[in-house]
Amino acid sequence: MKIMNMVNAINDALDLKLAEDKTVIVYGQDVGVEGGVFRVTEGLQKKYGVQRVFDSPLAESGIVGTAIGMAVAGLRPVVEMQFCGFIYPAFNQIISHASRMRNRSRGKYETPIVIRMPYGGGINALEHHSESMETIFGHIPGLKVVVPSTPHDAKGMLIAAIESNDTILFMEPKRIYRAIKQEVAEGKFTIPLGKANVIAQGTDVTVVAYGAMVREVQKAAVMAKEAGISVEIIDLRSIYPIDRETIAKSVKKTGRIITVTEGPKTYGVGSEISQIALEEAFLHLEAPPARVSGFDVIVPLPKGEHHYMQDPYKIFYEIERTVKY
Amino acid sequence: MFKEYTPLKNKIFQVIDNDGKVINTKWMPEIDSERLVKIYKDMLFARTADLQIVSYQRQGRIYTYPPNYGQEAIAAGVGAVIKDHDWMVPAFRELGTMLAKGVTLKEMFLYFMGNEEGSNFKNANFTLPISVPIASQLIHAAGIGYAIKYNKEKKVAYAFVGDGGTSEGDFHEAVNFAGVWKVPVVFIIQNNQYGISTPTSVQTASENLAIKSVAYGVKGIMVDGNDFFAMYRVVEEAAKLCLNGEGPVLIEAVTYRKGAHTTSDDPSKYRTKEEEDAWEEKDPMKRLKAYLIDKGLWSEKEEAKIIPQFKVEIDRQFIEAENHPPYPKEDVFKHLYAEMPDDLKEQEKQYDRYLQWKSGKVKQ
Repeated sequence: MKIMNMVNAINDALDLKLAEDKTVIVYGQDVGVEGGVFRVTEGLQKKYGVQRVFDSPLAESGIVGTAIGMAVAGLRPVVEMQFCGFIYPAFNQIISHASRMRNRSRGKYETPIVIRMPYGGGINALEHHSESMETIFGHIPGLKVVVPSTPHDAKGMLIAAIESNDTILFMEPKRIYRAIKQEVAEGKFTIPLGKANVIAQGTDVTVVAYGAMVREVQKAAVMAKEAGISVEIIDLRSIYPIDRETIAKSVKKTGRIITVTEGPKTYGVGSEISQIALEEAFLHLEAPPARVSGFDVIVPLPKGEHHYMQDPYKIFYEIERTVKY
Repeated sequence: MFKEYTPLKNKIFQVIDNDGKVINTKWMPEIDSERLVKIYKDMLFARTADLQIVSYQRQGRIYTYPPNYGQEAIAAGVGAVIKDHDWMVPAFRELGTMLAKGVTLKEMFLYFMGNEEGSNFKNANFTLPISVPIASQLIHAAGIGYAIKYNKEKKVAYAFVGDGGTSEGDFHEAVNFAGVWKVPVVFIIQNNQYGISTPTSVQTASENLAIKSVAYGVKGIMVDGNDFFAMYRVVEEAAKLCLNGEGPVLIEAVTYRKGAHTTSDDPSKYRTKEEEDAWEEKDPMKRLKAYLIDKGLWSEKEEAKIIPQFKVEIDRQFIEAENHPPYPKEDVFKHLYAEMPDDLKEQEKQYDRYLQWKSGKVKQ
């Protein structure tokens, strides 16, 4: 075991896979010499050379498009988008090709690509550096979208993602890149993608979150406990595929469900989870499913961001409202 | 000029040398002394402000900021040619041109303090807000160019991008559209040698960036971006061509980012002291100052006197920005649509209820 933050854990996962599998190639803007703007790929170019870890031209579409080419030709590219807000030039390559290649060729070609990218708010950033747009990616057939919430999960999920033969969008909650440290097992281990994790057992209400929001929910659960409310917390881990079974089982037990997401409210991941609760546990529900989310607005710049971001108070407010319904 | 300095020859357009001596009299622009001193003072003001902003950032009084340090002659060259009625389509490292257009330092401060109000330029018209996604704004300039031509206006659109931005598809689409439509757009590439940590050699296999104009059938030139006179002359010429219906023009301004990419970046990780020292010789302020002193138009004494005055003014505007009223909750919601949809109104109402609960005024 080793104490790691999420940056260390992701670096460790990349290091292990680069060592083990010669087909793994890591590239993107500033990932080589500089080791990434968040230092996630630090030291890897030195260790594995410029053929395997390198800086690309500044072109997101080019990065993902070349990854598709490499992947159909037998490599396993792990590419970085510098920020979630800059992925959109690559959107065409993701939605038009990466997510379709297997289906289009009836299985002849696969695109085992991992697209890593930091996302999310709460870091007082410039415009386009705070968004959480997992919903629009979760809506793309053929694409997997996963989000770790701890260093341990980040390592195990990234190794699983690199070993997967699908294209995976690996979203990294940058707000907790360095904020959470924990013991992480050394050597290789994987966490299956598509499985949620019940991180706290409770009886009164189920709260589903992922990424940086898990920690906020944990804080809200402490406030709820003081108010005599027992909260079950599910770390969703995977936006798509989504773990219906774990959600259904929990809501059948608690009878109430709240989702906490950073993105805009309408058509969000919370809406999908609420629908699963309705479909799977309608007769068990004692209150309407509730959503704590961003508003349907552009994430405000830092001076206004607190209005938009979810925090333990906003979550506790919704917990109390739902339990008192 | 564009024939003599075709990018195919890989020849850089220069007017003064590193010591401020005129080495290219043929292309020395005519600028009267008073105006030239004013331009130099504006450059000095922009540099002083830029350095001050970095120190405000270090004090935690402002968020991430992309310094202009070392690139002042480019912004000043465009700033001296651009008219109030011309369009400015910025990236995010053109402080001098923004100020020349009438954007106030206070507005820039507000923006970098994290308030959208800083992009609501009160005095500067035809000036788009800062654009963070790389190169995407260039295509807007092509569209603005179309509108100028359609409306038969005598205007030019100036659009900025960095060397890294020339790798984006949007850069190529923008120059191509503008070329096909023959619209009055001047594209300015600030080639400051690095896209964050990535050197230009990793961005392109081309000999220079101006050469990309050739493929799109538009005029292009590589200019010493640390030579104010060269910059001014090229932009002046490009504007003339545009107003004559002979645009667009692609300018590669070769310069060096003396500072970091942004205040979050540490350039010592990817470049050497020797390289920085070599570029120091070509510093744009030093070169223009040497010219002015040689002509008896400026002195170190005047400079020493004026910088503290600038600092007072910069601080004044900064404190004004710091004392800007708190961010109204309404501003989160009201600017997205011409008319706010009912559902969004409801979201705001629910938020109001939450705020009342949080302040202890109501219980659930």
